[in-house]
Amino acid sequence: MNSADRLANILLLPLGVFVLAFFLLPLVRVVAVAGEGPNGIAEYLVILTNPRHFATLIATLTLSAGVTLATLAIGTVVALFLARNRFFGRSFLVSMLTLPLAFPGVVVGFMIILLAGRQGLLGGITQSLGLGKWVFAYSMAGLFAGYVYFSLPRVLVTLMAAAEKLDPALSEAARSLGAGRFAVLRDVILPGLAPALMACGAIAFATAMGAFGTAFTLATRIDVLAMTIYTEFTLAANFSSACALSLALGLITWGVLAATRNFAGAGVAAAG
Amino acid sequence: MRANPLIFAFQLIVTLLAAAFLVVPALTSILAGLTVNYFQGVRSGLTLEWVAQVWGLYAPTIFRSILIALGTLAVTLLIGVPAAWALVRKPGRFSRLVEEIVTLPVAIPGLALALALILAYGGIRAFRASDAFILVGHVLYTLPFMLRAVMAVLAAVDVRTLEEGAASLGASPWQRFIQVVVPNARPGILAGALMVVTLSIGEFNLTWMLHTPLTATLPVGLADSYASMRLEIASAYTLVFFIMIVPLLLAIQFVGGERRAMDRKTRP
Repeated sequence: MNSADRLANILLLPLGVFVLAFFLLPLVRVVAVAGEGPNGIAEYLVILTNPRHFATLIATLTLSAGVTLATLAIGTVVALFLARNRFFGRSFLVSMLTLPLAFPGVVVGFMIILLAGRQGLLGGITQSLGLGKWVFAYSMAGLFAGYVYFSLPRVLVTLMAAAEKLDPALSEAARSLGAGRFAVLRDVILPGLAPALMACGAIAFATAMGAFGTAFTLATRIDVLAMTIYTEFTLAANFSSACALSLALGLITWGVLAATRNFAGAGVAAAG
Repeated sequence: MRANPLIFAFQLIVTLLAAAFLVVPALTSILAGLTVNYFQGVRSGLTLEWVAQVWGLYAPTIFRSILIALGTLAVTLLIGVPAAWALVRKPGRFSRLVEEIVTLPVAIPGLALALALILAYGGIRAFRASDAFILVGHVLYTLPFMLRAVMAVLAAVDVRTLEEGAASLGASPWQRFIQVVVPNARPGILAGALMVVTLSIGEFNLTWMLHTPLTATLPVGLADSYASMRLEIASAYTLVFFIMIVPLLLAIQFVGGERRAMDRKTRP
């Protein structure tokens, strides 16, 4: 082993020690605690066997799938529009659309309260239109809006880059050969965007599954997995359930991200 | 291809609605933080009273967040940059495995990471009650971003050839690391550093579990103000957060843009 290799190994050591001490060891502890409860090893499957937790799992999966589809749909329309059109104020519009990228989940929750809360903007508008006061911030619908708010800027960054790379000649060729606009979208444009859609869809899904800040700001009574883990751990002091649920949730988010990672750019955080 | 005016109009409306959805609440919060009475609107007059109250109530959380962000940056630099070099030097199964494990905390919800840290180290009272406990969580979560940013740049500049050149001129491994590797990694270090600081200042998922009443950070204070303060104070506090985070975000976009421009230039 030459001296440069030896130095490289020494330089790798601090990282190894840190990850071992503060990630791998605590992870082992979580696995152990999950199995030490009154239910023993059966606790690992509590997310499936406990009807209440199972219902929460289904609700969280449904919410996350809905958020992912909505975000991708909006993101695709906006990204295609911005890629095809050049107009005054375009770069300003792009920075407006991507500025909320760094807002943490708590702040996003507050944005939704301002939009659809008890004194929100939407409520004021709908009331003056005689539609009654729309207040949906403190429910699953509010959480849905919050996660779309959180993921849209991230999805847009990826989709705009992908849409810029689409070759307009392909669409034109398809059109000149008689394909309708819908056929071009379905057979040319969407397949071209597919890798980017998969990658940022996975991130949006994993974020919605595991995020905590937005739900915490909106209401503690929304039944999503992150809130359940939080209440089991801090209020019920049911450590084994909290650990087993955390492991299940971590497996889901990691699994979704790992399955789609081979597609373009997966460097965005799954939390917030 | 001539655009169908109906499709164009549809796309334009969706785009403008999306922009309004994202921007209007943020503008509302800025305005609410500066108006005397939000429910009466701007007519009630503009004031810095709420910002001053936020300063009085929450200044320690602001300083603590800055401190923890800088501490997190220092640790990720000290252990991330050397490790990135070591991993790029020897690509292979072991390096891939290390990268995989280090990146795992990004794919796992922060809540679960915090729970793991509390179960493993919560019993050590002095550590649990200190800022260092939060710092460890933030390093765990941000380290992958530093590592990846630096590794990407080092792989792109072909650091091994540069190093061989330096070695043939008689530079020791340590000299090569400090005088060849680190300067060449600078764009990656800058991008990684901006990312780490931004993420640390806004981090809530881990921090909410890891903090104690005496170690509250800015996002923790924000959650507290959303739950218990009047709307104007919550908004003013959010405004303070925006003022801290938006310059960092613009810097990230700027650095990213420069990098992309450079990539285009250097691509054959």
